[in-house]
Amino acid sequence: MLKLENVNTHYGKIQALHDISIDVHKGEIVTLIGANGAGKTTLMMTICGDPRASSGTIFFDEEDISSVNTPEIMRKGLAVVPEGRRVFSRLSVQENLHMGAYFRSNAEYKESLAHVLELFPRLEERIDQRAGTMSGGEQQMLAIGRAMMSRPRMILLDEPSLGLAPIIIQQIFSIIEKLRDDGVTIFLVEQNANQALRIADRGYVMENGRVVLSDSGDALLTNPEVRKAYLGG
Amino acid sequence: MGKLYNAIFSAGIALVLACLMIGVKLDTDGTTLKVHGASPEQWSWIIGGIALVFLSQLFADQIDAAFGKIPKPNLSNLIPEGDKMVRLKPWLLAGVFVCMVIWPFLVSRGSVDLATLALIYIMLGLGLNIVVGLAGLLDLGYVAFYAVGAYTYALLSQYFGLSFWVCLPISAGMAALFGFLLGFPVLRLRGDYLAIVTLGFGEIIRILLNNWTAVTGGPNGISGIDKPSLFGLEFSRRPSEGGTTFHEFFGIDYSSTYKVIFLYLIAVVLVAFVIYVINRLMRMPIGRAWEALREDEIACRSLGLNRTAIKLSAFTIGASTAGFAGSFFAARQGFISPESFTFIESAIILAIVVLGGMGSQIGIILAAIVMTILPELAREFSEYRMLLFGLTMVLMMRWRPQGLVPMKRPVLELK
Repeated sequence: MLKLENVNTHYGKIQALHDISIDVHKGEIVTLIGANGAGKTTLMMTICGDPRASSGTIFFDEEDISSVNTPEIMRKGLAVVPEGRRVFSRLSVQENLHMGAYFRSNAEYKESLAHVLELFPRLEERIDQRAGTMSGGEQQMLAIGRAMMSRPRMILLDEPSLGLAPIIIQQIFSIIEKLRDDGVTIFLVEQNANQALRIADRGYVMENGRVVLSDSGDALLTNPEVRKAYLGG
Repeated sequence: MGKLYNAIFSAGIALVLACLMIGVKLDTDGTTLKVHGASPEQWSWIIGGIALVFLSQLFADQIDAAFGKIPKPNLSNLIPEGDKMVRLKPWLLAGVFVCMVIWPFLVSRGSVDLATLALIYIMLGLGLNIVVGLAGLLDLGYVAFYAVGAYTYALLSQYFGLSFWVCLPISAGMAALFGFLLGFPVLRLRGDYLAIVTLGFGEIIRILLNNWTAVTGGPNGISGIDKPSLFGLEFSRRPSEGGTTFHEFFGIDYSSTYKVIFLYLIAVVLVAFVIYVINRLMRMPIGRAWEALREDEIACRSLGLNRTAIKLSAFTIGASTAGFAGSFFAARQGFISPESFTFIESAIILAIVVLGGMGSQIGIILAAIVMTILPELAREFSEYRMLLFGLTMVLMMRWRPQGLVPMKRPVLELK
């Protein structure tokens, strides 16, 4: 569904990504783990077209999107939950969700809204509350819900567990699995390797802008090198 | 201890500033300049002021507590809630509109004229509110679009003899075009940088108008701009060639009040139109997109919104409102010059938006009325106008930092 072929990305003269090739199939959860500064977020941003890949190609649904501009990529059925939640804090929950369905018709909006509220009953309780006044976990739910409002076929999640309590992280991950069961393909960028690999079908490990390992989620969990580097031995 | 230090420091600054600005005076004595000290009376004022600064800093907490005790008028609570509001709203609006229409026939010419000015500022405030209050783009050169609107009408009327009604949409369009042109280079800027560029833009337009003497008449401005007509009926004492005047047509005596009232009514209609359009826009997805962009640009982009388009639309629509107000201003004044479009105008409009409460339309309307009527009421203090202005601002920030009527966003009920 999403395919990267030999993608290189530069920030000015500095090369952030080296020959990245990644493949995400329909209906999978694929996770990308790596230390800080490995290039995970850059990879995510490159898929969205900002910064642009300096070479290589990115395919989404067989279509080359490496030179399509960002807003158009985001309207092709690909949704992204940016790092650090980034909800519109002075807008209400409902308005936040409405923004997610910006390019959808009113009927589609209502349908997605019902779907998202079913997925996150907590958001329904807080529908008129300002997003900035909610807890971190609720904001993360809102961020995911907002991305789901556009009815994406694939969703990119950038560190959904960032700054959340372990129990909330578990909730978020079970929601991610639920999304997969709904038929949404998921590409998950995580620091929390343990949790992420547990729900992932496949995983990639990044180091210094290169993909150094790729295997099934379970295999990576038991891989001694991965255990040593990311799971504390 | 910290507070004492703070108080001494503030008093020291006040002393330095007061000595430089009031304590020392330059006078011409023949061909030479002479330095005079202040009179004993002035010195006592200066010392009193410094003591005031010292004490107010020393007892800042107590003063703040006292400020907290002043009851805050909760104007938004006066508006009935929920269903009641839905039922009452059309009647209320109709009532206000009818009052606005009847009112000028009952009061003096001067107050009608003042009300017209207030209406112009309401239009400007509402326009700037889109850019600053909703989209969160600090624009310090808003007066440029006002100037563009005014000059568009003045020039078209002077060179091509076009009427006010034809020029009104053209002016709005021209201002929108300038908004669009300014929008492009500043798209990447935020906050302070944006403020400086827009400030520069405002000055560029003013200086251009001042120096392009061949077309704009430079500092002399343009005079004798046609007044608006009512379906071809003029409001002058004597008709122009081939024209008919209002009083002749209806067979009544000439009175200059008709013209003032007519201008006022036009302003009422224009303001009603602007409020209607902006209200619609705010409820449309684009209105929400402006607010979302103000909140978080990255999140907006992650949702596939094109920030270029959103920012440009905010700039363009805000500018076109100013163009609207500008062409009406030119028609009302009959004379415009670059003097009318200095930075202080931008500052006043921005002050209206901030005082009213960013994003809130009712608040801005109230603030515009207050800001135009207060200086008129305080005519005797005209020298201290800017001082009063600053004082109001400081008091507002202490007492009601979120503005007169903070914004309450329309909430859509899904049932």
